[in-house]
Amino acid sequence: MAAPALLLMVAVTVVPVLRTAALSLESYSLSAPSERAFAGLDNYGRILTSETWWQDLAATVVLTVTSVGLEFVLGFALAMAMHKVLWGRQLLRTVVLVPYAVLTVVSAFAFRFAFQPSVGFVGGDFNWLGETWSAYSVIVLTEVWKTTPFMALMLLAGLVTVPGEVYEAAKVDGAGAWQRFWRVTGPCVRPAIVVALLFRTLDAFRVFDTVYIQTQGAVGTETLSFLSYRFLIRDLEVGLGSAVSVLLFVCVAMIAVGFVRAFRGES
Amino acid sequence: MKRRIADLLVTATVAVWTLAPIVWVVSLSLKPASLQNDGRFLPASPTLENYTGLFTNPMFTTALRNSVGISLIATTVSVIVAVFAAYAIARLRFRGNGAVLGLALGLTMFPAIALVGPLFTLWTDLGLFDTWLGLIIPYVSFSLPLAIWLMTAFFRTIPWDLEESAQMDGATRLQALLRVIIPVAAPGVVTTFLLTFLACWGEFLFAISLTSTDQSRTVPAALAFFTGESEFQQPYGAIAAAALMVTVPVVILVLLSQRRIVAGLTSGAVKG
Repeated sequence: MAAPALLLMVAVTVVPVLRTAALSLESYSLSAPSERAFAGLDNYGRILTSETWWQDLAATVVLTVTSVGLEFVLGFALAMAMHKVLWGRQLLRTVVLVPYAVLTVVSAFAFRFAFQPSVGFVGGDFNWLGETWSAYSVIVLTEVWKTTPFMALMLLAGLVTVPGEVYEAAKVDGAGAWQRFWRVTGPCVRPAIVVALLFRTLDAFRVFDTVYIQTQGAVGTETLSFLSYRFLIRDLEVGLGSAVSVLLFVCVAMIAVGFVRAFRGES
Repeated sequence: MKRRIADLLVTATVAVWTLAPIVWVVSLSLKPASLQNDGRFLPASPTLENYTGLFTNPMFTTALRNSVGISLIATTVSVIVAVFAAYAIARLRFRGNGAVLGLALGLTMFPAIALVGPLFTLWTDLGLFDTWLGLIIPYVSFSLPLAIWLMTAFFRTIPWDLEESAQMDGATRLQALLRVIIPVAAPGVVTTFLLTFLACWGEFLFAISLTSTDQSRTVPAALAFFTGESEFQQPYGAIAAAALMVTVPVVILVLLSQRRIVAGLTSGAVKG
């Protein structure tokens, strides 16, 4: 009974993925289809020696690290709050879900308009999305707003598994709040932390929607997903775009493997 | 008492943080065209003209129809396939059991952009570019892993003894499934449907890459191509109104099924 699912996933995901890998070895542009030819690793060479790739990789890493870092800190605080708060708990758990339900495109527009000179309420004549670092800030803020609830819920799932008795026992034995946090809460929540960080990092690394709506990759905010999109859809450079896709996948796989290794190594 | 005030303060802060952008979009959608550039947080003279304009704009109404149709069909197919797959994974012991879950997990990590290129060329060759089916197929494939994981997590919480004891009492296997298991699994199916729908409803990358006209463009993609009465003026109010029309119903749906959504989202994290 799992066969249809397996077949479907293979047919519509694995097959195109293999096709991407094959196309990445071709010199193939839809604007000059007659010049299509096998090119070996040429595309990879061109990309990896280009400044664009490294700039976009750096932008992607900066955006990923800052947004996941902030999300983790805020998400943990939020998870603790949802765990501990008694008064208004229902309301708290409800409002947290709002950003999760909002479309990424919609939140991207909301923040873009808010920071737009003369339109937005943030104020001033400063063109936030016109300068690299301020544009980064707006993109990160948007991502953090949208995805912190997801992080918080994952962490909350870990927090509720902390056994109350152990916690009480530590208290009786004279462990301070800080010690209890590190010795009892920490280890119990760790699996949830790893899963939450892994999911969010992989997601953040592929950031596309927010960048598309807010800057179109201008002022140094082009991410690897956007680079791939630009090659494939705008410039119709199928070979180059496919190679970027494959490289992006390699990065994502490396992050995933790194996470699993680090987690195993620790425990 | 102190505790109470601190708790309420925390809740209020979080509420302001999560709701402010929504209130801002509502405010923008209520501003008349002449006052879109006033930079105020709240509208000085609220009007509904952006909303009335929206429903006479064929670009929005067709996009809305596309969004509803494509998301519903893709979600339905995805959930049906996932229910069978998850039932098999959770209930029956067969070889390749782990392979399905492993493949599903691997696919969720895969960058969607890697599918855009081959699908773009393939769809052009097959005549699926800019059609409903051209979006439904990738939507099913990218939402299937999530649906399988969610359904498997739900099925694993079902006490299967119930099914066996029903059979002991003389029910056939099918009866046991229909009478005992399906009612227990129904909430799980509903949650999976909702979360899958949410993913399809907000999808953007395929929607802008695999469509080119109103024929199949969904609302998220249409929003990116919205232009006002004049080409040079950004229709902030219209975009805000359209954004709310596709957001508010979904937010209400999520809030109504809050408990289940939270359980569904966190079911994976607990097991680590």
